[in-house]
Amino acid sequence: MSTPNTNAALAATEEQNREFLVFSLGDEEYGIDILKVQEIRGYENVTRIANAPDFIKGVTNLRGVIVPIVDLRIKFRLEKVEYGGQTVVIVLNVGDRIVGIVVDGVSDVMTLSPEQIKPAPEFGVTLSSDFLSGLGSLEDRMLVLVDIDKLLTSDEMALVDSVGD
Amino acid sequence: MDITDFYDTFFEEAEELLADMERHLLAIDVDDPDVEQLDAIFRAAHSIKGGAGTFGFDVLQQTTHLFENLLDHARRGELMLRRDIVDTFLETKDMLHDQLDAYRGDDVPDRAAFERICRTLQQLAMEEIGQALDDADGMSSDPEPPVPETETATADGPSSASDSVAEPEQASDDGWLVVSLLGVGDKDRDLLVEELEQLGEIQAREGDTDCYRVTLETGVGREDIEAVMCFIVEPEQLRVEAASAPSADEAATTEGKVAGEKLMEAKVAEGTVAAKPESASGESNANAAAPSSLDTANQSEASGASGGSGKSRPSSKPQKKTAKSGGETSSIRVSVDKVDQIINLVGELIITQSMLDQTVSELEDLNHTGLNNGLNLLRRNARDLQEAVMSVRMVPMDYVFSRYPRLVRDLAGKLDKDVELVTEGESTELDKSLTERIIDPLTHLVRNSLDHGLESPEAREAAGKSRTGRLTLSAQHQGGNILIEVIDDGAGLDRDRILAKARNNDLPVSDSMSDDEVWQLIFAPGFSTAQEVSDVSGRGVGMDVVKRNIQNMGGHVEIASVTGEGTTTRIVLPLTLAILDGMSIKVGDEVFILPLSAVLESLQPDKRDLYAMAGDDVVLKVRDEYLPVVPVHDAFDVAGARTELDETIAVIVQGEGRRYALLVDDLIGQQQVVVKNLETNYRKVPGVSAATILGDGSVALILDIADLHRLNRTKKEARRGQHPGDVPTAHPKEVEPS
Repeated sequence: MSTPNTNAALAATEEQNREFLVFSLGDEEYGIDILKVQEIRGYENVTRIANAPDFIKGVTNLRGVIVPIVDLRIKFRLEKVEYGGQTVVIVLNVGDRIVGIVVDGVSDVMTLSPEQIKPAPEFGVTLSSDFLSGLGSLEDRMLVLVDIDKLLTSDEMALVDSVGD
Repeated sequence: MDITDFYDTFFEEAEELLADMERHLLAIDVDDPDVEQLDAIFRAAHSIKGGAGTFGFDVLQQTTHLFENLLDHARRGELMLRRDIVDTFLETKDMLHDQLDAYRGDDVPDRAAFERICRTLQQLAMEEIGQALDDADGMSSDPEPPVPETETATADGPSSASDSVAEPEQASDDGWLVVSLLGVGDKDRDLLVEELEQLGEIQAREGDTDCYRVTLETGVGREDIEAVMCFIVEPEQLRVEAASAPSADEAATTEGKVAGEKLMEAKVAEGTVAAKPESASGESNANAAAPSSLDTANQSEASGASGGSGKSRPSSKPQKKTAKSGGETSSIRVSVDKVDQIINLVGELIITQSMLDQTVSELEDLNHTGLNNGLNLLRRNARDLQEAVMSVRMVPMDYVFSRYPRLVRDLAGKLDKDVELVTEGESTELDKSLTERIIDPLTHLVRNSLDHGLESPEAREAAGKSRTGRLTLSAQHQGGNILIEVIDDGAGLDRDRILAKARNNDLPVSDSMSDDEVWQLIFAPGFSTAQEVSDVSGRGVGMDVVKRNIQNMGGHVEIASVTGEGTTTRIVLPLTLAILDGMSIKVGDEVFILPLSAVLESLQPDKRDLYAMAGDDVVLKVRDEYLPVVPVHDAFDVAGARTELDETIAVIVQGEGRRYALLVDDLIGQQQVVVKNLETNYRKVPGVSAATILGDGSVALILDIADLHRLNRTKKEARRGQHPGDVPTAHPKEVEPS
């Protein structure tokens, strides 16, 4: 991509094509920008933090760094929240912070072209469309593309001290 | 690469050099100055000048240039030091610091201040020249041994080099220098010649690899040329000498920059006239010694220089070298982030090691001797490594104490007091982050002692004490703490005045209060016993800030005072914020850490000692004292904890002066824990100060004793306002700064 003069058109499309990590919450599939993902690990050894919202499961030790863990299933009000061998934590770099999110499973990484990303309709109270960057359509599948930066730093996630504290 | 990339390095280095300079200036004895110290000060100024020139910081360069010239004269003994001269030097140093700060902040240095300091320095230079010329008149009768100096040392080189100086064709032109390169290869030589072309006009060049001579007409001083060339060749390979007559002019060039040009010309003319006959004879018989001795005569007004310098050279040169190399290897600059990263990794290593321990202990006890031995070794090495890494963060208290001699000197002068500052335990080590935070409170205490504590010389004499007051700063380790004391032998605190003042401020006081309680009053906000407000201290915003700062560092302050004998302020601080002595406790299935410093005692409460109060408050009677009870399971909503009060264990804790009983299920034990910030990736959690990682790799929260009490109250209030059992799950919105 560093040679725009030779293949400008291709470079442009490549730049606009984005890669998403696809994970599942219940029956739904979500996608987040792969560049935000630091690593994927199992759910274990989480220390509860008292007086925090229920979707904040607590903090865990990630090689000496204390990382908060958010359960998106609780946040998105899924009916079935179970912790088992398949439960996965996606460790994300959000701004200058590290945050882990609990999901039901990670399936694959997908490349979406701009045409495949449709604008998100106004819906839902649980997941405001402010936090969506669009819907990805892939043959018969639909990915909910989450703007994870915005979501995790939002006031309602209570992960960050609000300004002025 | 952009040259601005090197700015920061220059700034840091210059800062260190200035600090060095100040230390030497303060230590210098004006009547019998130590040449080594003067050399060190000169070198510092010279290095800063070099850097400033490279980066184009003109004002800084010009100031250091003037300064350097004066220092150069001082170190050669031409400028007799006086106390006021040292004061001027210190002032110049401050000015340099200001200029440095201005450049660092992309700002323009204060022009007026710059001109003022230049005038002061020039004034000094003029005085000195006047004095020097007076000396020159009585030169022959001067019995003093000659002062060793670099020029003579240079001239003492092999005679072949000296011979070259006396080239007849360059005899008498202004600003002519002969640069001789001894044993320099072709490539380097070309480079050097190019450099020289930048500095002036090359008049002639000749010679071979062994000795290559370049005659240069230039306004640049000899030292500057040497400084430039030394980047490429060794000092031994280089001779820079003035041609015989120009030597006087060369002196004029350097000194002319210091003093006003006009006045100088007249004075130097005198000097040149005096030297002329000699220089003529030097030319005619090509005597190698003539130009150099003339040079010496002009600059230091000393006779018989070669003998004196010959002795001094071998002894002084190697000394300089060892000092320099020692300074280079003794420390490296590393960012704190890197050190913290290493500390993290070592922490991980230790956790991994204890996990291995755990696993191995569960193995069937068969032939595992080798494995066990290996594990033991690993355990020991890991601990040693941890200790070693932690010690990297530690810096000696000297880092803090070294800034007080100057402060005390200036303040004592301002207040007309004689003060002797004594520091003890400078090598006591303290965590870097703490040393930075202790400076402000300590400065305040030192100022207070000087202003209020120590009396004027007259008052001291009247009280039968020596005129000179003594202020002692001491540091020592005491267990896991560091004890820092500010001791003065002044008048001591005035009990009556403090009480009177406290009454004025509506503080609850009585005459029956113990001295200790009275002394604590001065930590109340807005309290000042100074009869009049001075610009040194006494605005009444201080001691409470001092106390708060120190408490924020996890320490406390005590005061002891005896009327007429002095006051001692004692600061007790934990050695480091990175490691904490903790007591691990268990509530339900959860483990928490209590800072050991907050724990007073623990006991099993007797049902008869527990009293219910209005609402659901409970107090515990401990030795005639009723303490509020805070059950941890309540504050943190821990499931499965023991709720029967008399089945729990009460830990009596104290935080921010408040004492209460914390109810826990079990005490697990004491251990040192590595403190991890929760706010790096999360946020402030009420009742919790930080987190740590336990031996099994799980995270445990470290309780904030003072905040926990507040949390308990907020939760109770919230519960009262809601239906019973409806526990608030959201964060309490008020997050008090702790």
